[in-house]
Amino acid sequence: MPPGRPGRAAYPVVSEVGHRLARVYEGVVQDLIDELGRLPNVGPKSAQRIAFHILQADPADVTRLAEVLLEVKDKARFCDRCGNVSQDSLCRICADPRRDQTSICVVEEAKDVVAVERTREFRGLYHVLGGAISPMDGVGPEDLRIAELMSRLSDGTVTEIIIATDPNIQGEATATYLSRFLKHMGIVITRPASGLPVGGDLEYADEVTLGRAFEGRRAVND
Amino acid sequence: MHVRHLSVVDFRSYPTAELALGPGVTTLVGLNGQGKTNLVEAIGYLATLSSHRVASDQPLVRFGTSSAVIRGTIDRAGREVLVELELNPGRANRAKVNRSSVSRPRDVLGSLRTVLFAPEDLSLVKGEPAGRRAFLDDLLVQRQPRWAGVRSDYDKILKQRNALLKSAAPVLRKGSRRPRSLAPGEAPDEAKASALQTLGVWDSHISEVGSQLLYARLRLLRDLRPHLTASYDAVSASVSGATAHYRASLAEAPTARIAAGDVPEQAELRELLLAAFAEVRDQEIERGVSLVGPHRDDVVLTLGELPAKGYASHGESWSFALGLKLAAYQLLRNDLGEDPVLILDDVFAELDSGRRERLAELVADCEQVLITAAVGADVPEALRTTGRTYAVSLGEVRDVA
Repeated sequence: MPPGRPGRAAYPVVSEVGHRLARVYEGVVQDLIDELGRLPNVGPKSAQRIAFHILQADPADVTRLAEVLLEVKDKARFCDRCGNVSQDSLCRICADPRRDQTSICVVEEAKDVVAVERTREFRGLYHVLGGAISPMDGVGPEDLRIAELMSRLSDGTVTEIIIATDPNIQGEATATYLSRFLKHMGIVITRPASGLPVGGDLEYADEVTLGRAFEGRRAVND
Repeated sequence: MHVRHLSVVDFRSYPTAELALGPGVTTLVGLNGQGKTNLVEAIGYLATLSSHRVASDQPLVRFGTSSAVIRGTIDRAGREVLVELELNPGRANRAKVNRSSVSRPRDVLGSLRTVLFAPEDLSLVKGEPAGRRAFLDDLLVQRQPRWAGVRSDYDKILKQRNALLKSAAPVLRKGSRRPRSLAPGEAPDEAKASALQTLGVWDSHISEVGSQLLYARLRLLRDLRPHLTASYDAVSASVSGATAHYRASLAEAPTARIAAGDVPEQAELRELLLAAFAEVRDQEIERGVSLVGPHRDDVVLTLGELPAKGYASHGESWSFALGLKLAAYQLLRNDLGEDPVLILDDVFAELDSGRRERLAELVADCEQVLITAAVGADVPEALRTTGRTYAVSLGEVRDVA
């Protein structure tokens, strides 16, 4: 018998229907649960819940979901230049002539582009590495889009690189690797400051963050 | 500081237990397996977020239940702090200070400070280097909680670096074994150069964080040393010359300098570590693990000229272990300007009568001492008569005196 809360309409316990559902549960429903379970942050219980939600949902909604899933794989692609998600061969940012063509912000994932864009502080271009160096996960520099970055720098237009990888062990290692790689090219290399959250209280900052903030302190000029 | 009240729910053998405590000496007496140590273990956990007996939280939760609660009221110079911990093995633990949640359990560190001495501590003298490194690192964290972050960063970098050495070993070994003319094309050499470059990045990170940890340990040991000699002598009633040297895994000359008590600046230690990594590069590639750094270091305990490990008698080894713990107590007491809680778990039975009496004298002026013993008579009379005694049997705590 399938596990689950008793009394739910999804699998009545009436013998014949119950038996049929149990068999289905092992067949196509089980396939659905298995596939959903492969998504990030979806465990077996969540997968089961989503699967039964889909089973009970309006067929039109499910069709729409299936269509969008196929469409996204079909139409969405990665920008040939920066690696961001895109509808065309160049993403919206790379295709925009108003963007500052002389500076590139290097990030780990396309999600990070969105995060930096939300600030509206940065008007340059991006480069998505597709991860960070992490030998434990078998990710080395050759697995990241570093060669693509180098070819973007070859014509001399770009004068500044901002390495905005995550401030954790893997992100820091990636930043060090990149800065060593790029330092002979006569390009200004910067890394966003680590420090105190704006609007927060000093007393609530953890020691590591506060320590970093002290290391990176600035002179107060009137 | 002292613990005024302890209550536990589903902790070890206890469904629930309440224990009123106060300044001075409290002795918990009961036969083996009745749950005395469980109570002091709970107090130790409040202070360090780890048990002195087991590495994981699972055994701390009463069999058949999914979470345990430890609640302690701590009196710090008249000011009361209530610390509550919920242990959820397999999930995140939760903590509250004065009934309000804190974002991470680590934030309760520092509310209570304890020094716990237990029979397991004999391994500080007789056991492997890992135990002595942990003693230093745990004390670092007790003094300044921020070292917990540095220590875990070091462990993460070390794991990454070891993973790289293992996975890149076939590529890295290539050029060194085969003459270049035999390799067709440029590819293997490029791969090797790239692997070496990546290794260089991890070298610089491990040296940076490693030198912070190393510098902190050396300063700690420098502060600890005079207390260690004094405590050892006080416990053993001798002039022994008991001391401790740091054995680093650097090149010969700096290692000797550090063993002699010198504490180089952190920037210099970083360069020394980098040089040490360069020195062992081929061996590291051959074996696929990081061979130098704070994770390979040791603290050598010596009595006069001889190393305690292997040469010290059983009694001398106990004096050494006790000396280290009492030195830690003194150091924390000087730092804080108030007394940490001293816990002596099942140790009186292990000591000869002379050491028992002298230990009793040494701890008499501590703000709070918690003692467990299987037989009340093992605890020197001076301590039993001044304080409170509880009898512990089958998870029941009874007030005796």
